[in-house]
Amino acid sequence: MTEQTAPTNGGRLAENVAYFGRALRAAGLPVGPAHVVDAVNALTMTGIGSRDDLYWVLQSVFVKRRDHRAVFDEVFELFWRSRGLVEKMISILSPVANPSRAEKQKAGAARAAEALLKAQDQQKELPEPDLEVDARFTVSGKEILQSKDFEQMTVAELDDARQAISELALPSDVVRTRRFQPSSNGRRFDMRRTVRHMMRSGGDLVIPHFRSETETHPPIVALCDISGSVGQYTRIFLHFLHMLQLRGRKVHSFVFGTRLTNITRQLQAKDPDEALDACSAAVEDWSGGTRIATALHRFNRDWSRRVLGQKPTVILFTDGLERDTDEDLAVEMDRLHRSCRRLIWLNPLLRFEAFEARAQGIRMMLPHVDEFRPIHSLNSMADLCAALSGETTAVRDPKQWLRPVGIRPSDAKTGGEVHGQA
Amino acid sequence: MLTTAQDLPKSIDETLSLLAGAGYIADRSLATVLFLSLTMKRPLFLEGEAGVGKTEIAKVLSQCLGRRLIRLQCYEGLDIASAVYEWNYAAQMIEIRAAEASGIQDRESLSRDVYDPKFLIRRPLLQALEQDQTQGAPVLLIDELDRTDEAFEAFLLEVLSDNQITIPELGTIRAEQPPLVIVTTNRTREIHDALKRRCLYHWVDYPSAERELAIVEAKCPGAGETLSREVVAFVQRLRDEELFKNPGVAETLDWITALMELDQLALDPDVISDTLGVLLKYQDDIARMEGSRINEILTDIRKDLDGVE
Repeated sequence: MTEQTAPTNGGRLAENVAYFGRALRAAGLPVGPAHVVDAVNALTMTGIGSRDDLYWVLQSVFVKRRDHRAVFDEVFELFWRSRGLVEKMISILSPVANPSRAEKQKAGAARAAEALLKAQDQQKELPEPDLEVDARFTVSGKEILQSKDFEQMTVAELDDARQAISELALPSDVVRTRRFQPSSNGRRFDMRRTVRHMMRSGGDLVIPHFRSETETHPPIVALCDISGSVGQYTRIFLHFLHMLQLRGRKVHSFVFGTRLTNITRQLQAKDPDEALDACSAAVEDWSGGTRIATALHRFNRDWSRRVLGQKPTVILFTDGLERDTDEDLAVEMDRLHRSCRRLIWLNPLLRFEAFEARAQGIRMMLPHVDEFRPIHSLNSMADLCAALSGETTAVRDPKQWLRPVGIRPSDAKTGGEVHGQA
Repeated sequence: MLTTAQDLPKSIDETLSLLAGAGYIADRSLATVLFLSLTMKRPLFLEGEAGVGKTEIAKVLSQCLGRRLIRLQCYEGLDIASAVYEWNYAAQMIEIRAAEASGIQDRESLSRDVYDPKFLIRRPLLQALEQDQTQGAPVLLIDELDRTDEAFEAFLLEVLSDNQITIPELGTIRAEQPPLVIVTTNRTREIHDALKRRCLYHWVDYPSAERELAIVEAKCPGAGETLSREVVAFVQRLRDEELFKNPGVAETLDWITALMELDQLALDPDVISDTLGVLLKYQDDIARMEGSRINEILTDIRKDLDGVE
């Protein structure tokens, strides 16, 4: 399959195109047998003058959406490469390969490589299929994945986690707008439709029609810490935001380290890898230090009027370990809190059982948030979705963390009466 | 009432003097984009902080060109019925009943009668397109577009690019001459690129000290020179103070009017702190300014003003 095909007769061509189609399908593109037939027909009609021709003919058949292009490019690059394929395969397969290097590959590269390699593996293993490979898809495997910390996940598990995030149930919070839609049990009389329907019967029959307010989801504004201490969680959280946006929620996303960057546009790319790549390119201070107060000040001054206008839910993602804590932090938090519908603080530090709100910065920020939640596993992410839908629990009440150090907040889980002791 | 329609300006300088004639002191960049918008017949999209004079441009334009000003104030939930047209249902009902009473059975003619333009209530957008052309194209002000939702914004695309509106019962209504459209927003949300693409864009900034002084002299001629200069210098300094909401030109004019009402000839710390609410609209900002800060700024600007003279 790695040989350059001869354009003269259809001998190996059809076979190769079929393999190529399968590789694309494995990489996630909706490619069926009909596409392969189309591609072969197209190639026999146009002939292959050059590699470019081949590329454009195949692309015109196989790519139906813009965001499929990145994946197609990568698969094409790997599949129809005449030289250097072996080296590339080895470098991807190599156990000493640096995982951080793998992350910096072009968008879709990982999926393309996986698709091709899987096809190869399957061919080899055809005589004796290995059943153990599928073990992680069993129920128990999934359960472990649900509660596992993102930081402890392997690359494969992270992939599964991303997959699971894309399947999360969306939050179902709704607000009423001042716009109306026809409704059979609405309370407002709809004169326009009533008269229109009257005309059908020549004015004899008056059937009243009604309308009611439309409901919509409130927008979400996410402020996301990208300092080194929360690196792994940030990426996963950005996946979560990307998923929300992809599924039709209105999301404004910002990241901050030493400065504030709006990445809303970057996250609009359909393909998750492409979107995150665009984010990394846009942000200069990835994995540096944090200055929360400065970032919040910039946000309040430059952005709050523009993105908080429609009373969104604000999600603040940070560990709260602020270096320069002074009054400004409390002032900015207060301003932010008063400008939004609900302020939810996601803190990866809550993954530790023994977490206590000792840090000065955390204690200054806590009085100004509505909820304080962990964000380290798929379970906590699903909880966040539930929380966005309006299911709040006393466990997540930020005030309980402000009690004198020593009283474990987790004690409050046992009952509401402990809660009153503060 | 309005006089006859004036011709559109022929150059940037003419635009500048036209606006100045009506008491609007514009800078050259604004005059340029306004001139282009008038000659290219493209909507002008004005963005800027509250109170820098965006809405005023449309008003002044209508005044000095002698055109009718049609204003569409946007708000959340604004729909076709309140922006474009609505049928007069009560009158339609009477028409149906009357037809019934006189024994007309023909449905075709009945629906033709009921959906007659005479039953149409014209809202701002339709008025702007149907304007009597002998008076020249009207000025259409779509104010605070960011207040409305994206659904309405999408509807505006047809109006802004093709100057037409489709009413199902009547067909497409097209303006003979496109209205002079001014769209303003305060940036409480971002406007979609598709809409911005159809417009010329201009960011209206706070004016420079000289221009603000000219505006004050044009709008409040009664204020003494000392007061005007001090007020403008003070407001200009406030804008450097990292406030949550900077005072706009509108606030400057309000403040100087307030000070004139109080018979002030120059600024003094007590009066400033008493009237700070005219300038600053957030408690945080007022708290930040109160006390010695006012004194410091006042001494500073006095020093600067003396240095100039």
